[in-house]
Amino acid sequence: MTDLKALTESVIKGDIGTATTETQHAVETGHNPQDILDKGLIGAMDEVGESFSKGKIFIPQMLRSAKTMQECMKVLEPLFQKGDITSKGKVIIGTVKGDLHDIGKNLVSMMMEGAGFTMFDLGVNASPERFVQKAQEIEPDIVAMSALLSTTMPSMRQTIEALKQASIRGKVKVMIGGAPVTEKYAREIEADCYAPDAGSAVIKAKGILGIA
Amino acid sequence: MIIVGEKINTSRRNIAEAVERRDHSYVAEVAREQAEAGAHYIDVNAGACLEQEAECLCWLVETVQSEVDLPLCLDSPNPRALSEAMKHHRGEPMINSISLEAERFQPLLPVVTSQPCHVVALCMGETAMPTTVEDRVEVGAELINRLTDAGIPLEKIYVDPLVKPVSVDTQMGIATLGAIARIMNDFPGVNTICGLSNISFGLPERRLINHSFLALCLSYGLSAVILDPTDKKLMATLLAVEMLLNRDEYCDNFITAYEARRISDG
Repeated sequence: MTDLKALTESVIKGDIGTATTETQHAVETGHNPQDILDKGLIGAMDEVGESFSKGKIFIPQMLRSAKTMQECMKVLEPLFQKGDITSKGKVIIGTVKGDLHDIGKNLVSMMMEGAGFTMFDLGVNASPERFVQKAQEIEPDIVAMSALLSTTMPSMRQTIEALKQASIRGKVKVMIGGAPVTEKYAREIEADCYAPDAGSAVIKAKGILGIA
Repeated sequence: MIIVGEKINTSRRNIAEAVERRDHSYVAEVAREQAEAGAHYIDVNAGACLEQEAECLCWLVETVQSEVDLPLCLDSPNPRALSEAMKHHRGEPMINSISLEAERFQPLLPVVTSQPCHVVALCMGETAMPTTVEDRVEVGAELINRLTDAGIPLEKIYVDPLVKPVSVDTQMGIATLGAIARIMNDFPGVNTICGLSNISFGLPERRLINHSFLALCLSYGLSAVILDPTDKKLMATLLAVEMLLNRDEYCDNFITAYEARRISDG
């Protein structure tokens, strides 16, 4: 078996051609698909996320790496039996009611997926009822909310209240983010954490779930 | 070219802190600097005040207009904050902004038609942000039609084509520029406006990118801009570009600015 270093490097660089070839190569030389995913792909994205949080790379490079990983997943997915991919956790994500901004939410979703989380994206203008409904359906580990307008931030409080009413609040961790959102606001509405960007969202998510 | 001075925005920490402690002289100074640097409107935004937004916005309006004799650009998505602020405003304000979003258009229409004002019409659709030039033009046209039907003159409408970062999609620059050109062409007499900073989000050297974007917007026909007029280099770019586009007879503005040492320090 070859090592997965070349694969990891090509994902970090965002070189789709080399990455997909290396993925295929890894499969052919006997690597277990879960191992390729964990060490080759997720490992690469962990480094990418950390570099981004530290300001060493920028959004376009982060996007490119995420897209590279997605292409590699297309090679790997057929090799997993249905439901066999080990996930770090289930996450519901959405931009709150009254707010149509999705750029930040999409970046967070992409990076969390790259880190091995299973994402359920409610899109934009997602009401408290929709968050609750999805949570009842899929029993997530994390509920993540984004808002870009200070006028829509109250929807975050309302969603947490709705989760309480539905007896779900105690079973999930709540993460919030978005340009006007602050650590202080997270404490005020009793969210479990706040993340300022897509890179730190991954780190914080793992932190609140107590996983590596 | 209409200049809206952007500095009095509570998303800037120093302004948020000044508003919190009601520091009249700090805010008045920032207003005065922008006026002296050539702003035609002073933007005021109290979004970071959350539940106290309306009260803070009113305080900003009074504070700024006690120092400068300029109309203000009232910057908020909150109809209550806007209508309260308008009561305190002397003269004709610019309202920033109305859009087609379901929770924004209906509540804001009576606000912008309640008294004479200029209106920024943001190309945000009912259910989603625009992606292409066509999306933006479609929403812009709809907004223009609804606002003119409601009695607002075309010249008092400033269409903001909605600027998204190129870091996320490298077509976002030309999507904005194309929309500006189309709207100016399809609705002669209307104004277009935008801010500069969204375009460079997520990239280094943001100043360079923003300044370059200004030059491009102007060349595509942008008629009003929200920027920091105390940024000397930015204003110098604006003057140079206006001159290059044949909007400065005998290069008068440029030369006058140069002689007043507003173009450079040397």
